[in-house]
Amino acid sequence: MGEFTQETEVLVIGGGPGGYAAAFRAADLGLDVTMVDMEARPGGVCLFRGCIPSKTLLYVSELLHDTSRARQMGIEFGEPKVDLEKLRNWKNQVIDKLADGLVFLSKKRGVQLIRGRVSFEGSSFARLFDSDSEISRIKFAHAIIATGSTAIPLPQMEFKQGSRIMDSTGALELIEIPGSLLVVGGGYVGAELGSVYATLGSKVTMVEMHDQMMPGADRDLVEPLVKKLKELFHAIHYKTRVKSLKEHQDYVEAELEGEIEEAKQEFDRVLIAVGRRPNTKDLGLEKTDVKVDERGFIVVDEKRRTTDGKIFAVGDVVGGDMLAHKAMYEGKVAAEVIAGKPAAFDAQAIPAVVFTDPQVAWCGLTEQQAKAHNRAVKITRFPWTASGRATSMGVSGGVTKLIFDPDSERILGVGIVGREAGEMIAEGVLAIEMGAVAEDLALSIHPHPTLSEGEEEAAEAFLGSSTHILPLRK
Amino acid sequence: MPREFKLPDLGEGIHEGEIVEVLVSAGDEVADGTPILIIETDKATTEVPSPVHGRVKEIRVKPGDVVKVGDVLMVFTELDEAEKAAEEAPTDEKQAEKPAAEKTKEPVDRREEEKEEAKQKRPAPEKEEKEGKMEEPVERPPAREGPVPAAPSVRRLSRELGVDLHEVPASGPAGRVTEEDVRAFAETGKKAKVAPEKPAVEEAPAVPPPPAFLEAGPLPDFSQWGPIEKHPLRSIRRSTARRMAQAWSQIPHVTHADKADITDLESLRRRHKEEVEARGGALTLTIFALKAAAAALKAFPRFNASLDTEHEEIIIKNYYHIGVAVDTERGLIVPSIRDVDRKSIIELATELNELIGRMREGKVERDDMAGGTFTITNVGSLGGTGFAPIINYPQVAILGLAKASYKPVVRGDESDFTIVPRLMLPLVLTFDHRVLDGADAARFMNFIINALQNPELMMMTI
Repeated sequence: MGEFTQETEVLVIGGGPGGYAAAFRAADLGLDVTMVDMEARPGGVCLFRGCIPSKTLLYVSELLHDTSRARQMGIEFGEPKVDLEKLRNWKNQVIDKLADGLVFLSKKRGVQLIRGRVSFEGSSFARLFDSDSEISRIKFAHAIIATGSTAIPLPQMEFKQGSRIMDSTGALELIEIPGSLLVVGGGYVGAELGSVYATLGSKVTMVEMHDQMMPGADRDLVEPLVKKLKELFHAIHYKTRVKSLKEHQDYVEAELEGEIEEAKQEFDRVLIAVGRRPNTKDLGLEKTDVKVDERGFIVVDEKRRTTDGKIFAVGDVVGGDMLAHKAMYEGKVAAEVIAGKPAAFDAQAIPAVVFTDPQVAWCGLTEQQAKAHNRAVKITRFPWTASGRATSMGVSGGVTKLIFDPDSERILGVGIVGREAGEMIAEGVLAIEMGAVAEDLALSIHPHPTLSEGEEEAAEAFLGSSTHILPLRK
Repeated sequence: MPREFKLPDLGEGIHEGEIVEVLVSAGDEVADGTPILIIETDKATTEVPSPVHGRVKEIRVKPGDVVKVGDVLMVFTELDEAEKAAEEAPTDEKQAEKPAAEKTKEPVDRREEEKEEAKQKRPAPEKEEKEGKMEEPVERPPAREGPVPAAPSVRRLSRELGVDLHEVPASGPAGRVTEEDVRAFAETGKKAKVAPEKPAVEEAPAVPPPPAFLEAGPLPDFSQWGPIEKHPLRSIRRSTARRMAQAWSQIPHVTHADKADITDLESLRRRHKEEVEARGGALTLTIFALKAAAAALKAFPRFNASLDTEHEEIIIKNYYHIGVAVDTERGLIVPSIRDVDRKSIIELATELNELIGRMREGKVERDDMAGGTFTITNVGSLGGTGFAPIINYPQVAILGLAKASYKPVVRGDESDFTIVPRLMLPLVLTFDHRVLDGADAARFMNFIINALQNPELMMMTI
């Protein structure tokens, strides 16, 4: 079989948010780009098995919550009927629309899309595989590794297609609404998918190894969510872990240990959401100078360049906050550096959002980080009971929280729990990136009545000029 | 401004210790000398005193931590500083002086000229004042905790312009760096290096922003082997260090050495010495070298040039301003004499004498330093048989004179010869090999030697 060698300027490995953002940016800057992904269309985990399908379902569960809250407002919907197949199709339609959009953008930009896998042969050559047969060799001037991550299974376990023990991918396929679901892991994936299934009718039991859910977020932001989840879920057990899982034909036998009374329980299905690990095996990295740390993440500098000068890496595969928006930012940095621009990763505030109902979102310094570093800060909170908008929507269980440097009055961190927290956190990110001080936020007129006013009022509270809440006593 | 307190050297070769107890909390006000930590080393358990009168801003250690000399233990807000900063924040004038002040660590007699310079740099911040940016009466000390506050677009700009945000004086609230700050800093940074930092002390103009010093690895702690003294690099020494590092790193230097028989020239000089002295000049070897050099530069114009690497051009100058290296108490200064080709020997002798006098008294004028096209450096009065001088960037060549001495010279050949004592002057010509080649240098040098060996020839070409 004759060896056919292609040539490209930038080889992007992985078509997820990190990969396609890099590919598009590089193409827009005039470079010749080839993007390789194992799917036929770009989008990666985010589009096909992550962000998009999960947020599609989370919107639906928000809708369901709203319809049940409408009762108190005089609107009666009755019991919702869920047509699972139609819901699945809707989800898949959303995915298709967006995936086709990415294909269109790739074509418009002249990015060559190849379906397959890549294995490096050195710092300038790689082999392309279609399933397992080699299709060609490719020579590149630069490569950007954006191979993402996969869900971590429990020890001595691997995820199997069609199994009752699912990872987030399996859960998003929405094969059925199980009568009972065990969610292993109290992070954002467990909380989000657990609440989708609970809303759709499953009896959800969550177990979390630590003594709290979402350990990275401040307690005062997580509490309102936990309160809701306690009502929604059948049970939440902290300091509890899974000792063993045994899959049978129709159910899963779970042995749990920790602060739990019933150690042995049976569930229709189990969702494992204990974290994700980088996809760096089988890339042929040992044939390059790329260094991988002990947890499998690729080591990069602030330009996202690996220890091999011609190869960059972005997204989940380099660790840090394993979030799609961080990957997209990094993808652009790498593309710009390759194109000779002075780009670097210097984001000051990367937001994190949990799309439950209520949503939780935060960016910048958290209260617990300030405590851990013994850093003096001042905190103001705007409770949504004081918000006209929140009250009129019936979502007054939220809080908007700002963390300030007491000397410079600079905004160091923002945290929000409540409806649309994910949308509003962007203002916090901008404030921190711009080096805003309390006055900047307080003097920016926020529209009334909106949920966003909370940020203005919390800043005003710090300065002593708030209206709908009492100012902070200095 | 926050002040980081790093673990000081604990002496006796001890480099690390374990924190036993933290005696203060964040927010506490501590006096200079108040014990703030207890640390245990191999030798003893000691109290560590506060280095400042300040407020504890951040405590970075806890009991049980092992810390090394140099680790940051705590961050303080200096209380005197906070007050100072509060005064400074609203006034842009002070901000303008900051870059001038930071760049110039000049001795006291330069301060008037500093103020001059600062006044000249004011345009950028003044503009901001007019736009009403710095009107806030609120005093906010900058919290330089962590990265410099600046919008993403400003950070990108700083990367583009190669500016370190930490060095930029900030005009935004609480130390926020704006786009104007970055641009102003980049401009003044260039100006300060192009025009002399202190009105015309050493710099020749058109020295592009160089890396201040070439990168070198970290230095060891020299005091570990014996007593040391530290002298800050200031003034002429500092700028010489910068310029030399830059010239050396940019230019491929080659030195061509030869010698000239100046026996006749020396007797000519002696005959006319007093006459010139009476007119206020000093007739030295350098004067003749100047004349010879001017003539040689006319004959070999590429030695009177500069290399523009950006546009890939050699810029040949049709004027002949030659620099003379002058040794002063404060260091090496290289003023130039203008239009050497148009001045007589007596005029040159007088002018150079007066110039050297002024240099040594520290009375330098801007025009003295600017515009040189070639340089002569003469260490002969001190000694030396040869040396390889560094080219005065952005020139392309430099002529060096070492000590003339009587040497036995062979006249004739091995069958029929005489040996006579002649006064021989060692000469070196260092050139920029990007612009000139060895053959050019040899020819140039031959011309000079010919002129020095046959002084009547010089007279013919005046």
